[in-house]
Amino acid sequence: MTTATTPVPPTPLAGRQTPLTRLRWAVSDAAALTGRNLLAYVRLPQLVIFSTIQPIMFVLIFRYVFGGAIQVPNGSFVDYLMPGIFVQSVAFGAVGTGVGLAEDMGKGIIERFRSLPMARSSVLAGRTLADLVRNVFVVFLMVVVGFLVGFRVGTNALAFLAGVLLILAFGYALSWIFALVGLGASNAETAQAMAFPTLFPLVFASSAFVPVDTMPGWLQAFAANQPVSVTVDATRALMLGGPTTSAVLQSLAWTVGILVVFAPLAVRRYRRAA
Amino acid sequence: MKDAAIVLDHVSKRFGPVQALDGLDLTVTAGTVYGLLGPNGAGKTTAVRVLTTLIRPDAGQARVLGLDVVSHAADVRSLIGLAGQYAAVDANLTGRENLRLMGRLAHLPRRAIAARAGELLERFELTDAADRPSRTYSGGMRRRLDLAAALVHRPPVLFLDEPTTGLDPHSRRELWAIIEELVAEGTTLLLTTQYLEEADRLAGRVAVIDDGRVIAEGTSAELKSRMATTVLALAFHDPGSAGKAAELVSPLATAPALVEGTDVEVAVDDGPQTLVEALRTLDRAGLVVASVALREPSLDDVFLTLTGHRAATATPGPDSPSSDHHRSEPALAGRKSR
Repeated sequence: MTTATTPVPPTPLAGRQTPLTRLRWAVSDAAALTGRNLLAYVRLPQLVIFSTIQPIMFVLIFRYVFGGAIQVPNGSFVDYLMPGIFVQSVAFGAVGTGVGLAEDMGKGIIERFRSLPMARSSVLAGRTLADLVRNVFVVFLMVVVGFLVGFRVGTNALAFLAGVLLILAFGYALSWIFALVGLGASNAETAQAMAFPTLFPLVFASSAFVPVDTMPGWLQAFAANQPVSVTVDATRALMLGGPTTSAVLQSLAWTVGILVVFAPLAVRRYRRAA
Repeated sequence: MKDAAIVLDHVSKRFGPVQALDGLDLTVTAGTVYGLLGPNGAGKTTAVRVLTTLIRPDAGQARVLGLDVVSHAADVRSLIGLAGQYAAVDANLTGRENLRLMGRLAHLPRRAIAARAGELLERFELTDAADRPSRTYSGGMRRRLDLAAALVHRPPVLFLDEPTTGLDPHSRRELWAIIEELVAEGTTLLLTTQYLEEADRLAGRVAVIDDGRVIAEGTSAELKSRMATTVLALAFHDPGSAGKAAELVSPLATAPALVEGTDVEVAVDDGPQTLVEALRTLDRAGLVVASVALREPSLDDVFLTLTGHRAATATPGPDSPSSDHHRSEPALAGRKSR
C-alpha cells in the first residue's frame, strides 16, 4: 500500500473566516450539494419519472376523458387545462424535497455533513435548488406534452416565459414547506404520507382543472383565493391572455410570503434536528 | 492539560427521561488511541456526538485540541473527522464522487481534491470499484469508503463510532489493519466499540462506560488484570441443584455466581485449578453436573465484574441499518435502573 502523499494544507479554522469568505464557501457548499442531489436524479431516473408520469396521466385523462364534460369560459379546455397541469407538476414535485431530506436524515449522511466545516445553510439550499432544476426539466416536458395534445399560447413568447418563471418560483417556495415536513418526518415514506393531505386540497380544490364558480359557495371562498388557484389564474392570464397585473402580484405575494415564513422555520428545524 | 487532544469535563446530556451522559470525564492524549467500551445505550455515541459538535451538552465542557465544542464549534469541525455506525456515504455516487464531495465540503483546495480522492481509494483498496455507484459495494467496502471520507481533509483528531459493528470477521480484520496504519501516522483517535477484542487490539487506553459515566479506566492490560481471566460455566439437570451449586462455588470465584435456570456461571482467576476444586466440592455435595466449560470472559462478564449487573445486551442494536441510531440509543439506556 502506498502512503498518502498529496499535500493537504491544514484546514483554516472555519470560525476565523471573514464574512465574505464565509459567503463564498456557503455558495460553494450549496453548489456542491446541488450537484450531488442532481446526480441522484440522473442515477435514479425513477425519482424524476414519478414526478412526470403522474402529470402526463392527468393531461391525458382531463384532455380526453373528463374534458368533454367540463365547460370553461373561453372555449378550448386544453388551453384552460395546461397552466393548471404545470402548477400541479411543481406542487407535487415539491414533495420530493421533503422526501429527499427525510431519506438523507435516515441514512446518517446529514450527520456527516453537520460534522464538516461547511455552511449550515447548504444542505437545505442544495436540496431546494436541485429540486428547482428538476422542476425546470419537468415543466419543459409538460410544455412539450401540452403542445402535443393541442395546447396553444394565446399571448406571446415573453409572457409565456414569464408564466413559466412564475410557476418555478412558486414551486421553489412550496419546496420549503415540504422541507420543513421532511425534516420532521422519521423516514421518507412518512414524509410522503404527511405531504399529501396538505397538497390534495390545494391542488384539487382550486382553479387548476375546473372553473371555481362551478363549486359550492362555501368552497368557492377557499378555492378562489388559495395560492394554487391564484398562481394558476396568473399563469393562464400570462399564457392565454387577459388582465395579468393583479393575479401575478397576488401569486408573487404568496411565493414571497411562503418563503419568508417557511424558509426560517425549516432552517431552524434543521439546526435543531440533532 | 497541554497534551490533551480530547477532553470531556463532567459532561452531562439528557434526552427526555433518559440521562445519556451523567458527568462523563475523559482525557485523550494527543497522538494516542483511546477506546470507549460499553454496551448499547451506555452513552458512547452520545459522547461522540457531543465531541463532534452534533449535539450540545447540558452541562460540563468538551474540548477538542483546546477548543470548546460549543463556543468554537466551527473551528472544531475543521479539525475532526467522523465515521459513524452506518456507512454515511451517498449510495448514488461512486466511491470517487463521494470522496470528492467530502473534499469540497471540507474546503480543500480544488486542485488537491482529485489527487487526494485517488490516493485514498488506492490506500483503501477501492480503486477497482472507484467509478461504480457505492450502492453496489459490499458492507466492508462501504465501511472502508466511509472511513476514507472521514480522512479526506487529514483531520488531526478522528472519531470512529463502532467502526466494525455488523461486519464479518474478515472485513473487521481488514479495517483494523487500516486503523492501525492511521494511528502510526500520529492521528489522535477516539474509538467506541462493544467488542472487548477490538478495544484490546487498537486502543492504548480504554474507558469502560455504563449509564453515561466512566466505571473503569486504564490501559487494557490494567483493566484485564482487574477482571476475571476465565469464566467457569456449569449446567445442572434442575434449578434446585444449580442454586445449591452457586452457593458452593461462590467462595472460589472473584464475583458472585450468576444463576439462570439450570445454568451457573462464575468468574474465576485460575481456570483449570478452580475447575478441579469446584467439581470436587460439587461431587462431595452429591450434585450431578450436566455439563461444564471454561471460556474467555465476554464484554458481558467484564460488566458483571465491574458493575455487578449485566449489560443491557438483548437489543436490536446498531446492526439494523433501518433503526435511527441517535434516537434509539437513549431509549436503550433507559432500560436499566440502578
